[in-house]
Amino acid sequence: MNTTPEDPEIILNVTTIDGEEHALTALPGWRAMEVIRDYGLPIKAECGGACACATCHVYVSPAWADKLVPPTSEEEDMLDEAFDVKENSRLSCQILMKPALNGLHLCLAPGSEPD
Amino acid sequence: MTNPPLYEAMPPGSHFETDVIIAGAGPVGLFAVFELGLLDLKSHLVDILDRPGGQCAELYPEKPIYDIPGIPVLTGNDLTHNLLQQIAPFNAQFHLSQMAIDLKRRDNGKWRLTTDMGTTIDAPVVVIAAGGGSFQPKKPPIPDIDAFEGTSVFYSVRNMEGFRGKNILIAGGGDSALDWSLNLHPLAKSLGLVHRRPDFRAAPDSVSKMRTLVGAGGMTLHTGQIKKLHGKEGVLKGVTMKTANGDIDVTCDILLPFFGLTMKLGPVADFGIAMENNLIPVDTEKFETSVPTIFAIGDINHYPGKLKLILSGFHEAALMAQQAFRYVHPDAKLRFQYTTSSTSLQQKLGVK
Repeated sequence: MNTTPEDPEIILNVTTIDGEEHALTALPGWRAMEVIRDYGLPIKAECGGACACATCHVYVSPAWADKLVPPTSEEEDMLDEAFDVKENSRLSCQILMKPALNGLHLCLAPGSEPD
Repeated sequence: MTNPPLYEAMPPGSHFETDVIIAGAGPVGLFAVFELGLLDLKSHLVDILDRPGGQCAELYPEKPIYDIPGIPVLTGNDLTHNLLQQIAPFNAQFHLSQMAIDLKRRDNGKWRLTTDMGTTIDAPVVVIAAGGGSFQPKKPPIPDIDAFEGTSVFYSVRNMEGFRGKNILIAGGGDSALDWSLNLHPLAKSLGLVHRRPDFRAAPDSVSKMRTLVGAGGMTLHTGQIKKLHGKEGVLKGVTMKTANGDIDVTCDILLPFFGLTMKLGPVADFGIAMENNLIPVDTEKFETSVPTIFAIGDINHYPGKLKLILSGFHEAALMAQQAFRYVHPDAKLRFQYTTSSTSLQQKLGVK
């Protein structure tokens, strides 16, 4: 997938577990997890985006919570295998990036740490 | 009508001799049996899971895979089943629910692989097809939990009797958490189940049995998440849980967290093979590691241009097998043949 100059830029802001802030450029249609992994930030994401492991657990900044497509029951089930799950917990492999999410802010959450 | 099982799992604790030991029974380890088998090399596979398939069995048994050449779509279970069918003629032996913990060279030049269940296997060639490592239970990031592991905190149940008369707390919402709640409550002094939400993903039948038991006062159900453990010197006294109504303390002697499995590199790191970023560097001609006669194929290896795809692992298995043959039969001539035309290969496959 290529961006053209006309494409609106989509920035994904990510805070790592260590508290580092990163502004990543996302492509529409990519999963937030894939963007984070592509930039080499620490995320385990071991199932590769199949909603099968809960190792891409993130907290969504409250301002963005209601702008996301709500989690499916499959994602809710998988969140049972994450830790310190909160109201704003999501699996970042289930968040598809799109122009309306420009500026989305996610914090990597317990269970997402690589070994 | 029941079909005969597609593979034979060996009981643990015995000694075996073979041509090739394959550490990991995922799709790539399974296909290695095929490629080795065509060259008349016998294989034994070791895997920590209780069934073949690796990530295909554990992570995406029901998920579609679209990039297996020639097969537009199939699930992880389908792929495992098909591979087991494909390798059935070669009678590979499986050592399941066992972790390869040690690999040492013997005086006779062969390798001896030892598992955590006391199985030993000797062979001149070893193939590491361990994917992302061993599937091991996820450990909740609760402070000081390590101090209680093995004495009060257990991630699996090996001996139910050890829990008789104890105050047991089980954490999780899947089948393991529910099944063990139902199985352990008759012998526990008290049994509690803590889960983050009122809904459970476990089998509906177990969930309804659990709710009946809770209703009858046979066990307690908490909706919350454990944040703190109490006790000292490995002896658990209780936990603090975060709930919608604030923190609560619950007394327990035993905590059993069931949060699924995750891949950890594990003892492979101590086999004496060169590693880089938890991967095993190999050449792209034979997929051999820094130690001659030890190969690494599939997701666990690394080389320039590596892609972690099942199809890459299949290719790596085929090339590995050529060199494995030269090691096992140094004086024999290796002939390249096609399954379509070779009578000898077709006899091995049992189709001629």
